[in-house]
Amino acid sequence: MEGFKLPLDVWVEGFISFLTDNFGGLFGVISNLLDSVVGALGDAILFINPFVFIAIIAALAWKVSRWPLAVFTLIGMLMIVNLGYWEQAAQTMSLVLTSVLISVIVGVPLGIASVMNRSINNILSPILDFMQTMPSFIYLIPAIFFFGLGMVPGVFASVIFAMPPTIRMTILGIRQISNELIEAADAFGTTPFQKLLKVQLPLATPTIMAGINQSIMLSLSMVVIAAMIGAPGLGTEVYRAVTQLNIGMGFEAGLSIVILAIILDRMSQNIGKKQRRFQ
Amino acid sequence: MDHTSKIKVTNVTKIFGQHPSQAIKLLREGKSKQEILEMVGMTVGVNQVNFDIRSGETFVIMGLSGSGKSTLVRMFNRLIDPTEGEIYIDGEEIVGMNKEQLRDIRRKKVGMVFQKFGLFPHKNILKNVEFGLEVQGVPAKERTEKALNALELVELASYKDRYPDQLSGGMQQRVGLARALANDPDILLMDEAFSALDPLIRKDMQNELIRLQATMHKTIIFITHDLDEALRIGDRIAIMKDGSMIQIGTAEEILLQPANDYVRKFVEDVDLFKVLKASNIQERIHMFDINLGAEKALQEMQELQQSHIFAMNSKKEFIGVITLAELTTAMKEGKPLETILNRNLPSVKPETLLVDLPDLVLNSKYPITVIDNKNNCTGIITKERLLSAMSNNKDKLNHVITISKKVEKARSLIEPKITSIAKGAF
Repeated sequence: MEGFKLPLDVWVEGFISFLTDNFGGLFGVISNLLDSVVGALGDAILFINPFVFIAIIAALAWKVSRWPLAVFTLIGMLMIVNLGYWEQAAQTMSLVLTSVLISVIVGVPLGIASVMNRSINNILSPILDFMQTMPSFIYLIPAIFFFGLGMVPGVFASVIFAMPPTIRMTILGIRQISNELIEAADAFGTTPFQKLLKVQLPLATPTIMAGINQSIMLSLSMVVIAAMIGAPGLGTEVYRAVTQLNIGMGFEAGLSIVILAIILDRMSQNIGKKQRRFQ
Repeated sequence: MDHTSKIKVTNVTKIFGQHPSQAIKLLREGKSKQEILEMVGMTVGVNQVNFDIRSGETFVIMGLSGSGKSTLVRMFNRLIDPTEGEIYIDGEEIVGMNKEQLRDIRRKKVGMVFQKFGLFPHKNILKNVEFGLEVQGVPAKERTEKALNALELVELASYKDRYPDQLSGGMQQRVGLARALANDPDILLMDEAFSALDPLIRKDMQNELIRLQATMHKTIIFITHDLDEALRIGDRIAIMKDGSMIQIGTAEEILLQPANDYVRKFVEDVDLFKVLKASNIQERIHMFDINLGAEKALQEMQELQQSHIFAMNSKKEFIGVITLAELTTAMKEGKPLETILNRNLPSVKPETLLVDLPDLVLNSKYPITVIDNKNNCTGIITKERLLSAMSNNKDKLNHVITISKKVEKARSLIEPKITSIAKGAF
C-alpha cells in the first residue's frame, strides 16, 4: 500500500470542477434566486419597526404556546435590540428560515418517495448518513466553488447540514403509522395519493414537525459557522469576536444566538404538538 | 333468505415466504404446514380452501390464532393477495383484477371492520364515517347526510364532533361499523371485530349486529376465535386449523356432527340448550285447510291416527287445533268448523332457545306450536320430543334433528307435486 495513495482528493476536485464548469449557469440561477429570497426576507424583517415585529412574534408565541414563551420572546428580542444586534439577528433569521424552507420543500417529498420506493430508500440512506456525519465545515468548501462568498453558500451549506432530520423523521413518521390504519385506508379503496394526503401525512405530521424542529436548530448552528465564508448575521459578530479575542462582544453575539435558538425551538415544538389533533 | 352464492372461493392458498411455488408443490404432495415450515422455512397461511358464502348470510370463520382466518378474510378485498386460487364476488373474479377494478370493489362492494377499530385519530367521528364516501368523491353535503344516517343506525349521531380517543372501545367499534355501513356495501368483513371489547360490551355489540342484520341483510363474514360468539351470530360457521378448512356448517351441525376430534374438542363444553332453537327440534306436522270441511277433517284424523288436527286458513296461517271429540259433536249439531277451533294454543318463535322451552311445553295440554313471523306454523314440539332432547344425549338429539330434516326434505320434494296434481285436477 505504501507509495500508492488513492487519489480521492483529485477525483473529488475533478468532480466539483466538472460541476462548476458544466452547471455554472444553473448555479448562477440558484444563487440569484436564493440571494433575492434571503435578501427580501431580511429586508422585510428590517422594514418593520423592531418593536412591532417583536410584538408580532410574541403574540405568535402566545398563540402556539402559553404566556411564558411570549414573555421570554418579548424580553429576549428586546435585549437583542438593546445590545445592538437587531440587524444581524434579522439576517440570521432570514438565512435560517430560507434554509429550513428549502429543507422542508426538498426533504419531505424525498422522505415520502423513500417510503414509497425501496430503491430510493436504499440510495438515500447512505447519503443521509454521509450528510450527517461529515464535519459540517467541509460543506463550506464546495459551497464557495458553486456560489462564491456570501449569503448563498451559507444557505447551501446549512441546507445540506440541516435537511437529514426532516427526511428521516418524515420516513419514520409515515412508517410508524399502525398497520391497521393503513389497511383501513386501503380497504376503503383509497388511491396511493389519497392515502398519502388523507391518512399518512396527517398522522405523520407531529413526527415530521419534530424533524423540522431539528432542522431549524441545525440550520441555526450552521448559519453561524457559515460566517466564515461571508454569510452575514450574528455569526459574523461571533467570528469577529473570536479573531479579536473580544470576550465581551463574543458573549453578547453568542447570547443573541441562544435567545433566537430558544424562541425558534420552542415555537416549532409547540406547533408540532398542536398539530396532533386540531387540523 | 336468498341462497345464491355471493362469494365463491376456489382452491385458494396463501404462502408467506420467498419462493411460494416450492411450498405449493409441497402442499400438493400432502405435506403439512409444520413440515413445510421445517423444510423450506415458509409459512402456509391458507391451504387450498374451497367454499361458498351465500348472499345475506352471516358467515363466521372461526379458528385459533395462526389458523389463517385473518389472512383469509383479507383476501376477500385483497389486502392480502392469494398465492394461488380464485375468489369470485357476484361471479366476478377478483384475484386477477387490476388496481382500478379492485379499488372499485373496495369502495362499493366490500366494507371492513377492524379488531382495533382502525379509526383515524386525526379525524372526528363524522369525518371518520365519511371517509369511504370522501374517497369516492361524493359531494360534501351528500356524504355528511349518509354518514349521519349510518351514525344514527348505531345510535352515535350525537358524538359526531368528538374524536375517537374520547370514546369508549364499544363506541369506537360502533363508529367502525357505521363507517363500513356508510358506503352501503353488500359485503361486510369483520375481523375479530368484537374481540378487543370486554365481555359485556361484546355481547351488546353482538346483539346490535344481529339487530342491524335483521334489517340490512348484508353478507357478513365475521372472523372470531370465540365459539360462543360464532354460535350466537353465525348462520353458518367455518372452522379453520393450520390454514385448512376443517368443517363448514350451521351451529347445530358443528355441535352435533363435529367433523373430527379437533372440532369435537372445540365444542365439547358448549351448553346445547343455550344454542339449539325451537326450530331445531320441532316436529313437522300436517296442516289441515279448514275450508275443506268437517268430513275431510275427520278423514284426515283417521288417516293420521290422531285425536286432533292443526288447522290453517287459506292464507296458510295457523289458526288453531280441532279435537276429535269436538269435531264429532259439531258434526252432529251441524256447527261450522270455525266455532270449535282451539285458538289459544301456547306458541313459541322458531328462534326460541331450548333452555326457555320446558315450562311451556310441560304445562301445556297440547303440543306447543312453533309460529314464525308470517304466522305460519313451522312445526310443533311435543313433550316426548323435548324430553328426548333434554336427556342431554347428543346422539339421541342428533337423531331427532336428522329425522326432522329428512321429513322437511321429503315435504319439500312432495309438496310441489301435490300442488301440481291438485292444479291438474281442476
